[in-house]
Amino acid sequence: MSLALSAPDITRALTRISHEILEANTASDQIVLLGVPTRGAHLAVRIAASMASIAGHAIPVGMLDITMHRDDLRMRAPRPIMPTSIPSCGIEGRDLILIDDVLFSGRTIRAALDALGEIGRPHTVQLAVLVDRGHRELPIRADFVGKNLPTSITQSVKVHLSEVDGIDEVSIEES
Amino acid sequence: MRHLLSISDLTKVQAISILDTATELARVSDGAVKKLPTLRGRTIVNLFAEDSTRTRISFEAAAKRLSADVINFSAKGSSLSKGESLKDTALTLQAMGADAVVIRHSASGAPQRLADSDWMTGSVINAGDGTHEHPSQALLDAFTIRKHCAKGGVDLDGIRVAIVGDILHSRVARSNVLLLNLLGARVTLVAPPTLLPVGVESWPVKISYDLDKVIGNVDVVMMLRVQQERMNDLFFPNTREYSRYFGLNADRLKLMSHDSIVMHPGPMNRGLEITAEVADSARSVIVEQVANGVSVRMAILYVLLAGGPLESGGK
Amino acid sequence: MSLHRYLIKGATMPDGRVTDLLIVRGLIHTVSPKILDADAIVIEAKGSVLLPGLVDLHTHLRQPGREDAETILSGSQAGAKGGFTALSAMANTSPVADNAGVVEQVFRLGQQAGLVDVFPIGAVTQGLEGLVLAEIGAMADSLARVRVFSDDGNCVFDPLVMRRGLEYIKKFDGVIAQHAQEPRLTVGSQMNEGEVSAILGLKGWPAIAEEAIIARDVLLVDHVKSRLHICHVTTAGGVEIIRWAKARGINVTAEVTPHHLLLTDELARSYDPLFKVNPPLRTERDVMALREGLADGTIDIVATDHAPHSSESKECEWHEASFGMLALETALSIVQKTMVDSHLMSWEQVADRLSSAPARIAGYSDHGRNLEVGAIANITIIDPSASWIVDRDLTASKSRNTPFHGYELPGIVTYTFFKGVPTLFAGALVQGDES
Repeated sequence: MSLALSAPDITRALTRISHEILEANTASDQIVLLGVPTRGAHLAVRIAASMASIAGHAIPVGMLDITMHRDDLRMRAPRPIMPTSIPSCGIEGRDLILIDDVLFSGRTIRAALDALGEIGRPHTVQLAVLVDRGHRELPIRADFVGKNLPTSITQSVKVHLSEVDGIDEVSIEES
Repeated sequence: MRHLLSISDLTKVQAISILDTATELARVSDGAVKKLPTLRGRTIVNLFAEDSTRTRISFEAAAKRLSADVINFSAKGSSLSKGESLKDTALTLQAMGADAVVIRHSASGAPQRLADSDWMTGSVINAGDGTHEHPSQALLDAFTIRKHCAKGGVDLDGIRVAIVGDILHSRVARSNVLLLNLLGARVTLVAPPTLLPVGVESWPVKISYDLDKVIGNVDVVMMLRVQQERMNDLFFPNTREYSRYFGLNADRLKLMSHDSIVMHPGPMNRGLEITAEVADSARSVIVEQVANGVSVRMAILYVLLAGGPLESGGK
Repeated sequence: MSLHRYLIKGATMPDGRVTDLLIVRGLIHTVSPKILDADAIVIEAKGSVLLPGLVDLHTHLRQPGREDAETILSGSQAGAKGGFTALSAMANTSPVADNAGVVEQVFRLGQQAGLVDVFPIGAVTQGLEGLVLAEIGAMADSLARVRVFSDDGNCVFDPLVMRRGLEYIKKFDGVIAQHAQEPRLTVGSQMNEGEVSAILGLKGWPAIAEEAIIARDVLLVDHVKSRLHICHVTTAGGVEIIRWAKARGINVTAEVTPHHLLLTDELARSYDPLFKVNPPLRTERDVMALREGLADGTIDIVATDHAPHSSESKECEWHEASFGMLALETALSIVQKTMVDSHLMSWEQVADRLSSAPARIAGYSDHGRNLEVGAIANITIIDPSASWIVDRDLTASKSRNTPFHGYELPGIVTYTFFKGVPTLFAGALVQGDES
């Protein structure tokens, strides 16, 4: 196991992503953040808080469970469904930022795009991830990346967040 | 879990997980989203060897909201009513590539026969078999009770439920007794002695022959349908007398505590086991039970079918 | 070597004696240790038990009418394989054995098969309907010389019909074998009424429905001084009533089936109709009372109620399935398992309950005799130390509905001699004659 990001690294990465999102989306009152449970949802809350302190107003944040839209359901045990909560302003016509912890094959994001399609039609959909580890299987890329981590396919990337795991840390493990 | 034949197939954790899943799916159904792609490409057969439009429609809606292909195979006009054996029907469904069979049958144990046989490999979901069980109804009842009475709790710990009426012939009662007990509720069965099975003493319930003594001390009153044909079988003298002692009317409604609810699995005999006034009152959650039925059945289909074919944690 | 001489070496008699036994031309010629006979076919039987050929008082052979499930020949083969030399063919065939023509046909087909004696049982009432007496006298006087009468499958429920039947058969010392089942209490019944039926939602079959008829009929038979036999007792209460009746000197005998000595209603939880039987499997408490009753003689005999059914009658919903299970080929093993290996009964008592007593009740004079010099050589040899695994695909019966498929059972029947001729030799059937 090797440490890829420490707690201060993670905080710095999230702060940078917050700035980048605001720079890329000048109409900051049109931004809505949706995190993919479990850890993406916590990252979304952190980024929203950080963006609010920069922009000077609250940023709507929610979470989007994509379990029912996965294309790999048959390959593993049924997963519990996680909550979905859409901010009261909705997503129609908004600049929507999807937030997840790790970008890997791209299938989770594909499922998230499908799930979004059922909810509404945002003006734009952008993607922010804490880690991009490569090995894409679909034509999907992130707009905002905390850290690019080159990995081999046999390795696994573990993201720990204090809200869930009691500690902030990203590591690479041989599986 | 591959089949849902009886509530006794479920652990407490599994039962709660179905209710939790249903809670999330209900949220989906409430909003703009009516359809999820989860079971796309899966074939679910509704094998209804006994008429039950409501249960069939509920399962059909659940399956369609998960994008499954649904084939309805009903008793009337089908080969089942022409004396085709359960075995031949099952072999036909297998040949058609059914991933799951939702079966309603007049013979107790017919779903288990399907599941235990080597006639077909798909999942079997019991949608009511004879006088045995009706697990999806019990799950939707528990879901409804939890929503109204559990005060945020995940189980039904300490909630007091009276099940009133023809326990002897009721698959709804059997499944509910098992599930409510599993989830920690305290169940009282209220019925004339003729409509309680011999052997009921071993069930984890209290028994009463007097509705008036029970009704003020429960959080939930679940009324059961009285089949018209029972009247000719000496179970009670006539419907008037049955209603007088075991029917839920406005007078008895007044005896109920203020936050208690009235349930009925349907279809109701208005005027027999329940008056129209009670059925349509604010206490009644009967219409809501129907709506919850779809979410709970979606959850059941999800839990049984969404996982891979190799995964099976016992029955 | 002669086909008429068989020398059984070193076998254990029912009373425990170890001896040789020589069969010559159908009769037991010599019984003593260390027989020498150069002409005889020698059978080494050290460690095996010799029993008088088993006699079944309750067999469904299905012919005429349901030859797809069993024929008199295939049933005879199953009997020989199970150690039986006499079977009693129940009357519920199609047409019903309620007249001399049918019983003579059954009797003749049994003789033709030649593997066991097939004694027809005559119906008590026409068409088993319980309303009008069948031609009992004509059946008694026929070639088949019927002495046992039964509407088995149905109860002779009308007390007046039962009384007249019991009186009528006194003319030739007959016996009525009653299927004790109060019909009104068992409308649509599917299994024993109790905790298990309550959970399974299968219509209950109360013990009282059996016991009420037993109680009525022991009082009736006492009143008219006739002979009554109770088929397949299954309840502790039934055993009690029969014990009481015998203590009063009432002329009643009773049977228990092998399956009721072992299986309970818990097996219905599978909803597998292999366990659907009439009368139904009862509780553990009943099983123990039946074993005790058989051991102390309250229950006189074990009868198989062998009930073959075609596969479509069992591969279906419980409600739709037929009642009944195969029993001939497993009967002696089940009795060994439940009664001998549990030290409730000796082999001498087994010889009584499965051979001497049923032969005496039914009046089968060539059967059930002690293994003594001069007796007709109807003999069964069982190796009690061996065991076998029941395989429904290996039954001699035409049907497959054994509830014991996959069970490991003690005791292998190795030889059956019918009138001095082996019908089962070293575990292999000697074929009967279909013509």
